[in-house]
Amino acid sequence: MNASADLRERYDVAVVGAGPAGLAAAGLCARAGLATVLLDEQAAPGGQVYRSVTASPLGTNTVLGPDYWRGAALAREALASDLHYVPGANVWGLLREGEIAVSLGSRSRLLQATRIILATGAMERPFPIPGWTLPGVMSAGGAQILLKSSGLIPQGRTVLAGCGPLLWLLAWQYLNADVRLDAVLDTAPRANWRNALRHAASFALSPYLIKGLRLILAVRREAQVIGNVAELEAQGSESVEAVVYRTSRGEERRLPVDMLILHQGVVPNANLALSAGVTHCWSDAQLCFLPVLDAFGSSNVPGLSIAGDGAGIAGAEAAEARGRLAAVAAIRAIKPQLVLAAEEKAARASLRRFERGRAFLDVLFRPPPRFRLPRGETLVCRCEEVSASEVLDAVALDCPGPNQMKAFLRCGMGPCQGRLCGLTVTEMMAQARGVSPQEIGYYRLRPPVKPVTLAELAGLPTTEAAVKAVARE
Amino acid sequence: MFRRHTEARRPALTIRIDGVATEAREGDSIAAAMLAAGHLIARKTPVSGAPRAPYCLMGVCFECLVTVDGVGNRQGCMVLVRDGMRIETQQGKREYGA
Repeated sequence: MNASADLRERYDVAVVGAGPAGLAAAGLCARAGLATVLLDEQAAPGGQVYRSVTASPLGTNTVLGPDYWRGAALAREALASDLHYVPGANVWGLLREGEIAVSLGSRSRLLQATRIILATGAMERPFPIPGWTLPGVMSAGGAQILLKSSGLIPQGRTVLAGCGPLLWLLAWQYLNADVRLDAVLDTAPRANWRNALRHAASFALSPYLIKGLRLILAVRREAQVIGNVAELEAQGSESVEAVVYRTSRGEERRLPVDMLILHQGVVPNANLALSAGVTHCWSDAQLCFLPVLDAFGSSNVPGLSIAGDGAGIAGAEAAEARGRLAAVAAIRAIKPQLVLAAEEKAARASLRRFERGRAFLDVLFRPPPRFRLPRGETLVCRCEEVSASEVLDAVALDCPGPNQMKAFLRCGMGPCQGRLCGLTVTEMMAQARGVSPQEIGYYRLRPPVKPVTLAELAGLPTTEAAVKAVARE
Repeated sequence: MFRRHTEARRPALTIRIDGVATEAREGDSIAAAMLAAGHLIARKTPVSGAPRAPYCLMGVCFECLVTVDGVGNRQGCMVLVRDGMRIETQQGKREYGA
């Protein structure tokens, strides 16, 4: 492992993201003797699932659980190999074939790589309920990051709401840390259980079955879990004061809260891949756009592959396996004499094992339409403060797609660049027009996918061709 | 709002939030340090002036934008605190000359 100062201009392989997929991919490439750079925007390796695993102030205590701490070995093993690990590196664009624009310490530079592996992971699905922008309303992933990286736990009246494995995991971790939960509001419709049953046989063989059941039962024993929650609203003026919920049986209650923590699953963090021109298709199973990839994660863009949850949500262990497969393809492309048959076989076996039963989880934790398709004054675009009714009004004016809607409403044009509204807008437009989300499409993304200052752009090295393009004779 | 788990011990340092000296811990992001200090509201939006607080803590939502040592619109969750760091919350849209 090297220091970040002596970044080279050219590498065999550049890996973006140091979560399980990126660590596994970069480690394998480096061990095969490829010049490998691992670019990560965080200060420490681990991605979000193993966030701060080498730097957490919680040491090795029992709050976070053994599945978290297994990330430490993965990080140590990868970083022990001869790779160039660059923390605090903000990759803001893939500009042309093999060229990576990265911001590092308020300075941007361009790197070249023969192969690029994007391991940018997942982010949480938007959860647009009334009041979700109020201070005191936070995503479960965000709350868990505070726990992992700073040891912060909520105090005061705390309610968790939504569905998905992460919500239960966070509830369990909070109970381990003696946090009192006022309620867990479960928004997974009962029908999900019925629909998931046909995938139960494969899930019975999943390594996640026993773990998941233990987790949910432990939370149910210690916290008040309210099921079949069909409506949610956060209320308050300067910050959240209460959550109002209604169950599918029509029971309505108002709980005073200091913190409302929301979650309804994760989706690929796809802005960089989309901006590079990677073809994505709508997945009805995961309710998001997924990249179209071959069995090694290679995309339609030459030399560019995607590993980990950015290739489709499958969890940390599957991400690691996909990272190894992307690495195998990169190594073979650069050093054809290396066959790596055993590595490929082991990675495929691991991937099969951890993907088993994923369909069951997708159906069981499928967020219901009510929480994906907001109505009325509920904000869709948090940045530009565009409401659901404004989006639907634009559709009624024959606005054909999310990109045209920008001209109507500036929806998706704020600093988050559509990350917190993109899927909502696509699904709302699809439903209103009676077509598939695939037909509606997604925001057209362009670099920079993260904000950089003009000074950074101006400070980029200029080529002769670039000067000629703008200079007058 | 938030408190530190008793096992979470790391050296303290001092940052200034809107001019007020505030204790933070080494390894905290600005957003985490603000939340730990009871400073929930990170900014007011340029559109309506509505208060906002950190939401995703992983660089996706841009709700925790703050001014850090004079540089505006930095993501508070993506920048680690340093002793003596000056953080200003952003109050609505910037006015001419402000």
